Amino acid sequence: MTTGFLLTVIGVLIVLIITAAGLTWLERRLLALWQDRYGPNRVGPFGIFQAAADLIKIITKEDWIPPTAEKAIFVIAPAAIVATVLMSFAVIPFAPDIVIADLNIGLLFFLGMSSLGAYSLALGGWSSNNKYALLGGLRGVAQMLSYEVFMGLSLMGVVMLAGSFDLVKIVEAQRDIWFCFPQAIGLIVFFTAGVAETRRLPFDLPEAEAELIAGYHTEYSGMKFGLFSMGEYLGMTLISALTTTLFFGGWMGPFLPPLLWFILKAFFFICLFILLRASLPRPRFDQLISFAWKIMLPLSLLNLLVTGGILLLRSS
Amino acid sequence: MVSILKTLFYVFLHTFRKRVTVLYPEVKPRIPPRWRGRIILSLDPNGEERCVACYLCAAVCPVDCISLQAAEDGHGRRYPQFFRINFSRCIFCGFCEEACPTYAIQLTTDFEMGEYRREHLVYEKEHLMISGTGKYPGYNFYRVAGVAIGGKDKGEAENEMPPDDVKRLMP
Repeated sequence: MTTGFLLTVIGVLIVLIITAAGLTWLERRLLALWQDRYGPNRVGPFGIFQAAADLIKIITKEDWIPPTAEKAIFVIAPAAIVATVLMSFAVIPFAPDIVIADLNIGLLFFLGMSSLGAYSLALGGWSSNNKYALLGGLRGVAQMLSYEVFMGLSLMGVVMLAGSFDLVKIVEAQRDIWFCFPQAIGLIVFFTAGVAETRRLPFDLPEAEAELIAGYHTEYSGMKFGLFSMGEYLGMTLISALTTTLFFGGWMGPFLPPLLWFILKAFFFICLFILLRASLPRPRFDQLISFAWKIMLPLSLLNLLVTGGILLLRSS
Repeated sequence: MVSILKTLFYVFLHTFRKRVTVLYPEVKPRIPPRWRGRIILSLDPNGEERCVACYLCAAVCPVDCISLQAAEDGHGRRYPQFFRINFSRCIFCGFCEEACPTYAIQLTTDFEMGEYRREHLVYEKEHLMISGTGKYPGYNFYRVAGVAIGGKDKGEAENEMPPDDVKRLMP
C-alpha cells in the first residue's frame, strides 16, 4: 500500500461522489434544456451549487424508518447499492496510470458487482413492508436478472476480440480500432442493458412513479433515499465509463491528456442517458421482459456467434 | 428502433429552441391593467379621502379580510377611523372594488407582496392609502352625491337641482 495508491483511491472516491451530486444538477439542467426550460439556475453560477443545496436539504430531512419495516435490512439496502457500484469503479482504467485494481477478471468483477446491486432493490422493497415497495422490488429484480443475462453475453464479443477480461488490456487492444465498430451490436445491446441495470428511464419500471409511487424506495426518506438516488447516478456514470472503456477506446485519443479523453467520452454517454430520459416513455412491464428475452438475448447470441466465427476464420 | 432514434433526434433539436421560461425577477412579466393585485385606498381630486366607511367592502368580502370603523368629521364627511386589510387572507377576488360606491378601494397591478412575517401582511390605513386618485382621476363622490357636507349644502352638487320644498303644494 503506497501513498500514491491510497491517493488514487481517495481521489477517485471523492471525484465520483462529487460527480454523482453534480449529475443531479446536470440532469435537471439538460432535461430543462430539452423541454425548453432553464432548470435550476439560481444558486451560484448556472445554478451549479444547487447540488450542494440539495445535499444540505436531504441530510437535514427527517430520516424515518417505518415501524413495520425490518429495520436492519431496511438500513442495509441503500448502502448496498452505493457500495456495489463504487466497488465496480475499482476496475476501471481512468487513464494509463490511474486504475485502482488492475484485476485480470475485471469485467467479471463488474458483472458480479452489478448483480449484487439487485439485492439492494429486493431487500429495500421487501423490508419496507409496503405493497408498492414490494412490487417495485419484484420488478427490479426480474428486470435486472433478465438484462444481466445478455449484458454479460454482449460483452463476450469484446472479450474475444481483446483476448482478456482485464479492462486495461481491453483498452490497449483498441489501439488500432475502437470496438464500437466491430462490436456495434454488442454496443447497442450493452448500452440497453446498462440503462436497464441502472433502472433509468425508459427502463425505470421498478420505481415507475405513475404506478408504484416510488417503487422500491417508497418508504425511504432523508439520506437513505439520497443513497438510492446516488446509487442511480453512480450507476449511470459506471455504465458510461464502461461503455467508454469497452467500446470507445477508454482513455485513448489524440492531443488531449488521456484522463480528459476518458472524462469527455464518459460525459457524452451520461448526456445520452439523460437524452434517453427526456425522449422515451416507459414500456409496459411484460413488453420490457419479452424485449429482453425475445430480442436482446437472441441478438447478443447472434453477435457472439458471428464474432466467434470471424475470429476462427481469421486465425485459421 | 428507427422511431426511437427519430425521437431522440427531435428531442435533441430542442437544444437550439428558444426557451419559454420568463426569468421572473430579472424579466418582468406583462401585467394587464385590470390585474387584481395589491389593494389600495385612493383620494379624490381634492386630495381628501374617498372612503365613506359604508362597510360594503367588508360586507361583500368572502373571506372577511377587511375591517374598518366609521367616523364622521366636523363637516359631516364620513371616513374610516381605521381601515385594515389582512392580505394573508385576501384572495384578490376584487369584490370590494366592485362594491365600493365611491371608487375608494381599488386593486392594482402590484403583486410582489412577499413578507417574512405573517403580521406584516396586515396592512393598516397608512399602508393602503395612496396619494392619488388611482384608476378614476376625475371622480369626486361628494361633488356628485346629494349628501350635505361642510362647504356644500344640499342641491349644490354637480347636475343637482335645489331640493324641493316639500311644504309647497304646486308641482
